[in-house]
Amino acid sequence: MAEDQRPDPDALLERIQTEEARARRGKLKVFFGSCAGVGKTYAMLSAARQLRAQGRDVVVGIAETHGRAETQALLEGLEQVPRKEIEYRERFIKEFDLDAALARKPALILVDELAHSNAPGSRHPKRWQDVVELLDAGIDVFTTVNVQHLESLNDVVGGITGIRVWETVPDHVFDEADEVVLVDLTPDELLKRLQEGKVYLPQQAKSAIRNFFRKGNLIALRELALRRTADRVDEEMRAYRRSEAVKPVWQTRESLLACVGPGGGGERAVRNAARLAAQMDIPWHAIYVETPRLQRLPRKARARILQTLKLAKDLGAETATLPGDDAAATTVAYARDHNLTKVVVGRDHEATFWRRSFAERLGRLAPDLDVVQVARDREGAPLKETRRLFLSRDRSPWRAYAQSAAACAAVTLLATPLRDWLDLTNIVMIFLLAVMGVALRLGRGPAVLAAFLSVAFFDFFFVPPRLSFAVGDVQYLLTFGVMLAVALVIAQLMANLRYQARVAMNREGRARALYEAARDLSAALQPQQIAEICDRFMERVFGAKAAIILPDAQDRLREAGGEDGSVPALDTGIAQWAFDHGETAGLGTDTLSAAPILYLPLKAPMRTRGVLAIEPRHGEWLQIPEQRRLLDTFSTLLAIAIERVHYVEVAQDAVVKMESERLRNSVLSVLSHDLRTPLTALVGLSDILPLDPLSPRQQEAAAAIHGEAVRMSALVNNLLDMARFQSGEVRLNRQWQPLEEVVGSALQASAAALGEREVTVELPEGLPFVEFDAVLIERVLCNLLENAGKYTPAGAQVRITAARKERVMEISVCDDGPGLSPGREETLFDKFTRGRAESAIPGVGLGLAICRAIVEAHGGRIWAVNAQPHGACFIFSLPLGTPPDLSVPPEA
Amino acid sequence: MGEPVVVVVEDERQIRRFVRTALEEDGCQVHEAETASRGLIEAGTRKPDLVILDLGLPDRDGVDFIRDLRSWSSVPVIVLSARSGEEDKIAALDAGADDYLTKPFGVGELRARVRALLRRRGPQGEGSGPVVEFGAARMDLISRVVTRGGEEVRLTPIEYRLLAYLVANAGKVLTHRQLLREVWGPSHGDSPHYLRVYMGNLRKKLEADPARPRHLLTESGLGYRFKP
Repeated sequence: MAEDQRPDPDALLERIQTEEARARRGKLKVFFGSCAGVGKTYAMLSAARQLRAQGRDVVVGIAETHGRAETQALLEGLEQVPRKEIEYRERFIKEFDLDAALARKPALILVDELAHSNAPGSRHPKRWQDVVELLDAGIDVFTTVNVQHLESLNDVVGGITGIRVWETVPDHVFDEADEVVLVDLTPDELLKRLQEGKVYLPQQAKSAIRNFFRKGNLIALRELALRRTADRVDEEMRAYRRSEAVKPVWQTRESLLACVGPGGGGERAVRNAARLAAQMDIPWHAIYVETPRLQRLPRKARARILQTLKLAKDLGAETATLPGDDAAATTVAYARDHNLTKVVVGRDHEATFWRRSFAERLGRLAPDLDVVQVARDREGAPLKETRRLFLSRDRSPWRAYAQSAAACAAVTLLATPLRDWLDLTNIVMIFLLAVMGVALRLGRGPAVLAAFLSVAFFDFFFVPPRLSFAVGDVQYLLTFGVMLAVALVIAQLMANLRYQARVAMNREGRARALYEAARDLSAALQPQQIAEICDRFMERVFGAKAAIILPDAQDRLREAGGEDGSVPALDTGIAQWAFDHGETAGLGTDTLSAAPILYLPLKAPMRTRGVLAIEPRHGEWLQIPEQRRLLDTFSTLLAIAIERVHYVEVAQDAVVKMESERLRNSVLSVLSHDLRTPLTALVGLSDILPLDPLSPRQQEAAAAIHGEAVRMSALVNNLLDMARFQSGEVRLNRQWQPLEEVVGSALQASAAALGEREVTVELPEGLPFVEFDAVLIERVLCNLLENAGKYTPAGAQVRITAARKERVMEISVCDDGPGLSPGREETLFDKFTRGRAESAIPGVGLGLAICRAIVEAHGGRIWAVNAQPHGACFIFSLPLGTPPDLSVPPEA
Repeated sequence: MGEPVVVVVEDERQIRRFVRTALEEDGCQVHEAETASRGLIEAGTRKPDLVILDLGLPDRDGVDFIRDLRSWSSVPVIVLSARSGEEDKIAALDAGADDYLTKPFGVGELRARVRALLRRRGPQGEGSGPVVEFGAARMDLISRVVTRGGEEVRLTPIEYRLLAYLVANAGKVLTHRQLLREVWGPSHGDSPHYLRVYMGNLRKKLEADPARPRHLLTESGLGYRFKP
C-alpha cells in the first residue's frame, strides 16, 4: 500500500476525538426550509410522533403552530414543557423554559425556530445557545431553520428580498448538526397555500410580508436553500471518502484571512470570507490591526469594528486584534505565521499616487499571497465624529484654546519692543517657537489655532503697514504661506509625538501595574491575599470593583476574599454557570448580557479555579480590545496564582498526612512488638509453671494467668488489626482458591473455641474458585465460629454452608443457640458492640467489626439474621468475578 | 544417640527462659543465643539437632540467618514470628525453615512441633520408611501403590508426586512455591491454583471428610503441611 493512500493519523485521531465528543453530546437534527410556510414544524412534529410511537422519550420544548389546525393536531398526545413567563416592559412573554427542559432530561426534545431571539433577561440572548446547552447535556434536539436566518446568507437574502431579518443562526451551528432534512415546497404550491390561508401571517405586517412572498423571491430562496443543503451533502460525501480512505482527495490545508479595517468594508469582507471558507471547507481567520492612528478612532467606529470581529467569530473564524505600526506588515506576518494563503480585504479607498490602497501594499509586501478585494458597503462611509481620545483625560478644551490664544498674544507683546532690533524673519521664528510650545503642551487643536493666530498677529502687528491686515509687499504672502505651513506641520508632529508619548506612558503604566500584580501574586500564599491584590489591581487599572469567587469541595461557588459588599449585585447563579461551562458570562457576553457584572472563569492549566466577577464603572470599556487583553492576562495570572496556592495547600496536607501516617505506623509497630513480647513470655511462663509440682490452688492460679494472658493477646491482636484496617493500611493478598480449604483451616484453628459443639459443613459440589485473601477470610470464619462457641450452650449445632447467588458467593455460619436480640442485627457490626451487654462472656466486641472491615475490603457484605426456630445466622458475600482457567493441563 | 541438642536464638530473656524449661523437660540439651551472629556460632559449634529462631532479631534479618545456615547445614529450623507477618513467614519457609510458631504460643504447641521435627531426624522416622500409613490410607513408596481402606486409589502421576513430596516432608510446612517447584518444575512458580486443584483431588481421594482434612492440612496464605 502506498504511503500516501493511508489516512493521515492526525486526521484520524481528530475524527475519533470528534466522534467521542459527539457520542456524549446529544444529536441535532435540523428541518431546513427556504421560507416560512413550507411545513418545517409539521415535518418535525410528524417525525417526532413516529419516534414516540417507537417508544422514544420525546418532549416538545416549544413548537409554534401559528394556529394551524393540522399542525395543532400533531401536538396532541405529545408531552410539552410548560413555557416560562418573562416580564418585559410590563408585558409577559412566554418563552422556552431551558431549565425545566434540562431538569426533565428527555431523550429527545423539539425546539422550534432556532433563530429566535430570547426575551431580555433569559439566560442566553439566542435560542440556538439554549439548544447548544441542551446538546451538551446529552439531549437530542429537533429544530427548524429558514435559509434567511443563516448568518452567512443573511445579507444575500436581504439583497434579494429587500427585507433583512435580524434573527440569525451562526453557520457553525447549522454545519455541526448531525442531520439536516430539507423541507421543500415549490413556489407555486406555497403561493397556493398562502392563498388558501394555510400559511399564518401576522396581521400588522401583512403587506410587508406579502411583498416578501413574491414568486421571484420564493424561487431565489428555494435555490439558496437547495444549494446550501447540497453543499452540506457534498461535505458529508467528502467526509465519508476521507474516513473510508477509498480514494483520498488531497487538498492543501490552505486557509483564509479576512482583514477588518477601519472603513466600512469589514463586514462584507468577513461575510465573503465566511462563504468562501465554507465552500472550500477550510478554516479561516479574521483580524483587525490596530495602529496608533486607529486607536484614536471615534468610539462608534471602534464599536463597529468590534462588532464585525464578533460577527466573524460567530461565523466560525478565529479572530484576533493585533497591535502594530504598519497594518499591511502586521497582516502579512500574521498570514505567514498561520499559513494563510488568501487574504480578503474590503476596498478601503481609491489608490492615489502618493498613497497606495491597503490591498496594493499587501501585494507589494507579499507577492505570494492571493489578495481578494471586496466591494465597500454603501453605508460604510467613514464615520465623522469629533475625535475623542478614550485615553486622554484632557483639561477642558476651551481653556486649552484660550491658553493657546494667550500664548500668541504674549509672543506679540514680547516681540513688539524688539521689532526695531530684529528682522521680521526672526520674529517669525519666535512665533514658530510658540506654536511648537503650544503643540507640545496643549495638543493638536490649540496648536492649529496658534498657527493661524500667529500668522494673523504677525501680519497685523509686524508686517508693514502695521495694525492692519493689508500687506505692503506681496512677497510677505509667501512668508505667511510658509509660516502657516511650517506651523501646521510642527503642530501635527508635536501633537503626534505627545500622543504617542502618552500612549506609551499609559502602556507602560499598565505593564507596570501588571508586573507588580504578578510579583505580588507570586508571593501570595493565601486566597485572601490574592483577593486583595485583585481588588487593588482592578481599582487602580480599570477603576472597577472585583470579587473572586472560589468553589468549595463540591464545586459550588461561594464568595471569598473580598470585603463584604465589594460587588453588591453579585449573582452566584451566573457565576456558577460561567464556572461550570468555562465561559465568560454576564455583561457584554453571549450569556445573560443584561447583568451588570462580567463573570470571567479563572482557567488555570489543570482546571477552572474560580470566577472573577467585575463590575466596571462603564460597561463599554469591556469592549475595548486592549482592555480585554489586559483583563484576560490578569485573569490568567490570578488563576495560576490560585492554582499555585491550592497546590501549596495540597502539598502541606500531604506532608501533614504523611507525618501522621508515619507516627501512627510507628506507634502501631511499637505497640504490637512491646505488647506482644511480654504477653508471649506470660503465656509461655504460665504454661511451664505446672511442670513443677504445684498445690491445687497454685495450679488453678497458673491456669488463670495463662487464660487471661491468652485473652489479653487476642484483645491486643483485635485492637491492632482494627487500627490497621482503619488506617487503610491493609493490603489484600487475593488469590483464586476453593472455599473448602479456608473452611477447613478455620475449623482446625477454632477447634478449641468450639469445644464439644458439633459442626456440619455443607459445601455443594462444584463451587467455583473465589478470589480472596485466605488469611483474612480465615480470620472472618474463625471470629464467627468463636462467637458461635461463646454465645451458644455446649452441645449446640453449628452449620457452615455456602451457595452461589448471581454474582456473589454467600457463606453463612449458623447456630441453633438463643439467637440475636431483634433489631440489633446491624449494630452488632459496630465497634465495641457486644452480643449481650455486660455479660460474663469475655470480649470487647471487635470481632464482628473486624469481620465487616475484611469483607468490605473484599467488596462483599456481611449481615446477620435470626434463624428459625432459634439461633443466629451470620452471612457474608464475596464477589465471584471471573476465575482464571482452572482446567488442569494434561499430564505427561 | 544422646539427648537432642537445641539452639534457641531469641533476644527476649523471658521467652528464652520458658522455651528452655519446656525443652529441657523433654530431655533436650538447650543452648541459648541472644543475637543472630551468636546464634550462627552456636549452631556451628554445638552441632544442634534443631534450631529455634526468632524472626525479629535486633542485629540481623532472620531470613538471612536461615540462608546462611542452610548453606552448610540441613538442621531443622522452627521460626517464631509475630502475627500478621505472612510475608516474613513465607520468606523464612522458602529460605528453608521447616515450621513456624506465631507469638504468643503455648508450651504444648511448642513441644509438639519440636517433637515432630526431632522424630523426622531419627533413623526410624516416617520420611525414610517404604510404607506410610495415615488415617485409612496406606502409601507404598516402593510399589507406588496407594490404598484407602484396603482398596486401591488411582492417582495421576502428578497427584502421586505431590503426595510423595508431602509425605517425605511430613510435619514440615511446604509453601506453594516450594510445592510447585518440586512437583511441576521451576516454570510453574506463579500458578498456585493448579496446586489447589490437585490438593482438592487428593483430599477427595484420601481424606474421610475433605472439608475437614486431618492429614493434608492447609496453612492459610502459606501452603500445606502433611501431618501423619
